[in-house]
Amino acid sequence: MGDATLGKGRPAPLLARWPRKALSLVVTVAVTLLGLLFVTFMIGRVMPIDPVLAVIGERATQAQYEAAYQALGLDRPLLVQFFSYVGEVLQGDFGRSLRTGQPVAQDIARVFPATLELATLGTLIGVSIGVPLGVLAAVYRGSWIDQIARILGLVGYSMPIFWLGLMGLLLFYGILGWVSGPGRLGVFYQGLVPTRTGLLLVDSAIAGDWTVFRDAFSHIILPASILGYFSLAYISRMTRSFMLEQLSSEYVTTARVKGLSEWHVVWRHAFRNISVQLITVIALSYANLLEGSVLTEIIFAWPGLGNYITTSLLANDMNAVLGGTVVIGTIFVCLNILSDILYRVFDPRAK
Amino acid sequence: MMHRSGLKAAAIAALMGATAMPALADTPPNMLIVASAIDDLITLDPAEAFEFSAGDVVDNVYEKLVSFDPTDLEAGYQPSLAESWEVSEDGTEITFTLAEDHVFASGNPVTANDAAYSLQRAVKLDKTPSFILTQFGFTADNVEERITAPDETTLVLTLDQPYAVSFVLNCLTATIASVVDSETVMANAGDDMGNTWLRNNSAGSGPYMLQSWTPDESYILQANENYSGEAPALPRIVVQHIPESATQRLQLERGDIDVARDLSPSDIAGIEGSEDIKVMDELRGRIQYWGANQKSDVLSNPQVIEAMKWATDYQGMADSFLSGQYNVHQAFLPETFLGAMTDTPYSFDIEKAQALMDESGVEDAAISMEVRDDQIDLGIAQSLQNTWGQIGIEVELNVGTGAQTLDVYRSRQHDIYLGAWGPDYPDPNTNAGTFAYNPDNSDEAQLTGLLAWRNAWAVPEAMNEATQAAVTEQDTEARAEQYMALQEEFAQTAPFGIMFQQVEQNAMRSEVEGWVAGGSITSVFYWAVSK
Repeated sequence: MGDATLGKGRPAPLLARWPRKALSLVVTVAVTLLGLLFVTFMIGRVMPIDPVLAVIGERATQAQYEAAYQALGLDRPLLVQFFSYVGEVLQGDFGRSLRTGQPVAQDIARVFPATLELATLGTLIGVSIGVPLGVLAAVYRGSWIDQIARILGLVGYSMPIFWLGLMGLLLFYGILGWVSGPGRLGVFYQGLVPTRTGLLLVDSAIAGDWTVFRDAFSHIILPASILGYFSLAYISRMTRSFMLEQLSSEYVTTARVKGLSEWHVVWRHAFRNISVQLITVIALSYANLLEGSVLTEIIFAWPGLGNYITTSLLANDMNAVLGGTVVIGTIFVCLNILSDILYRVFDPRAK
Repeated sequence: MMHRSGLKAAAIAALMGATAMPALADTPPNMLIVASAIDDLITLDPAEAFEFSAGDVVDNVYEKLVSFDPTDLEAGYQPSLAESWEVSEDGTEITFTLAEDHVFASGNPVTANDAAYSLQRAVKLDKTPSFILTQFGFTADNVEERITAPDETTLVLTLDQPYAVSFVLNCLTATIASVVDSETVMANAGDDMGNTWLRNNSAGSGPYMLQSWTPDESYILQANENYSGEAPALPRIVVQHIPESATQRLQLERGDIDVARDLSPSDIAGIEGSEDIKVMDELRGRIQYWGANQKSDVLSNPQVIEAMKWATDYQGMADSFLSGQYNVHQAFLPETFLGAMTDTPYSFDIEKAQALMDESGVEDAAISMEVRDDQIDLGIAQSLQNTWGQIGIEVELNVGTGAQTLDVYRSRQHDIYLGAWGPDYPDPNTNAGTFAYNPDNSDEAQLTGLLAWRNAWAVPEAMNEATQAAVTEQDTEARAEQYMALQEEFAQTAPFGIMFQQVEQNAMRSEVEGWVAGGSITSVFYWAVSK
């Protein structure tokens, strides 16, 4: 993303640079999303599944089949179908989901906040424990804390998520009763706070309804912890290996020789230097959770994006799949842009 | 998929190891909370709804001219909105007299106009289930003349030919014959006769009204205060979408829900013996069968087909992986349907099957089987693969999603299709008309809705006629006998192997009373439940 002309002579005035950058960004994003849509659209059309059957079901007669075939516009050439779809998307119309019977945009506005809330809390848990754990494991390499980090990482890497989810439910919900069961909110609390963001914790906090907040929290904390654990396992492992590389560098030895405190060496020097790599790792892990964790969503009956897209794909509900793909594509593009910006903040070389 | 279910089995085994948990919470006394997989819901418009979960909603929100009594499903249709009916001498006209005390949730009285509007609307909208009505000769063009309401309490149906009155009335118990509040629907008609609006709103006169439906999450029904019958014991029904059996079981054990509808056999086994929970078994209408494409040289040999029927381990499957979920059943009509055959002429007999294969002259046959990637279907497919292999028929399994296998099936490209069939309306013709009827076997006919056509089976003329004759037989007992004879002949000659009928196991807290899931003919009756 570096600008090749930078560093040669005087940089162009800031105001003159921005429109060009913004334009190039918009073009990149548009081309990426269009390409993504194109590939998904074509995969959907060449899959050996008949999209008409998904609409009309098993019992329909040939006449109803033909009518639906025409209505879906499937008699037109593929490219025409694709561009007319893109035209509709540009007007905010993602079509209607065959599976839920609702407009796709409305469906996504419902399922995405559920995933966003879960993924954000999961990532917060993963980062707040994973990063310090990874750093400590690298600093005290071979110690008990390193062993713990390693075991946590290994288990997180190899244990099926739904098994951990079921065990978590059995222990914390079934036996101990510390948390609420599946779903986002108890039956009695549904519809009590107005929907503003779709994030129940935020909406209930805005409304000042702390009973609903507590109930939502007791529903989300277990699935978020389970997702957080998996992201913790990944983040701590990566942090550890980045830190080990830095700690064996000459500048660290130099800093130690200069008599700087260990704390200073580790956090001010070594850690600062891994922050850029770490941002990528965290962004990737966050993006992963935002795609939705299908199995966690199934076990916890969490009405999220992953489950929505998967179920739609199996039902050959291509409008829903394409809509979901656009959302996930946009997330990846946004997180990419965000990590680029953060690079510039943390890495003086990128400025 | 297999990988996942294998691991899941391990998880469930671990769950089962846990000791029984005390119920820590009770559901409120005025509310029924049900956990079920309800992601099949697409629409709640009775003219369009055709999914199992939708039937559960529509049948509790709307009333029909005739309906069932949950305490005696076998008695068949009973008066509901219609208090009586008369058939004209030539058998083509049915005149219903409507009861006067029924009222919609909106406060509007239910009149014959509403009934005529609802039936006309269903025919004109022409959604998938519309064939249940159009088979009596109604079309978008003639329906206004053929379904009329000469006054507030009289509804006249004019059929294109005489039909068995039991056939017509059975069809009128189907979801599509629900009576909607014409005034409310017309006020929200849009450009599609209110189809979009009724997808997630209700306008009925049943014991409940729809309060909300959030796809893949839940639906809530609230008692309809204008309901003319006895008010339901539980004024609020909450059905949550919980797809995972182990999760449903945990919720039930903790007392967070009253009824769990999708427990796996291992979870059912796990809760057996619990004092707080009971399990109710109910026969449903779904049957498991295989169909053999008659375009195949091997499969068009009747001795091969018969050999395959004998080389099926019915009881072995029913006692092992289908235990509690399916009973052995070998007729195309599910048990409790009028005229259903309960005999099981075939049993697992490899020697007999081998003898038939020897007679057939077919050696080392290799065929393929289309199977949905569903645990039950895969289990049955593997068992058939094993036992048919023993008589020299090598089976290759083509596993795909429901839509994929159906696509192959409808275009007659399969050898064997393994699948399930559920009746569309509670009359024997619903299955007879698809298994044992095929008026034109040519590819061009495209009778894709008929299972006989899909398997390229040229149904013998006598059987086609018998199927047709049974829908016009006025004497109900004679009609039942006709279906019996039809099923017997079908079991012997048809290229279909019918194997099992579904049993639904609903687990519930012991205080729940009056739960009826609808048997093989209809949907759940929430209003009959108390606790």
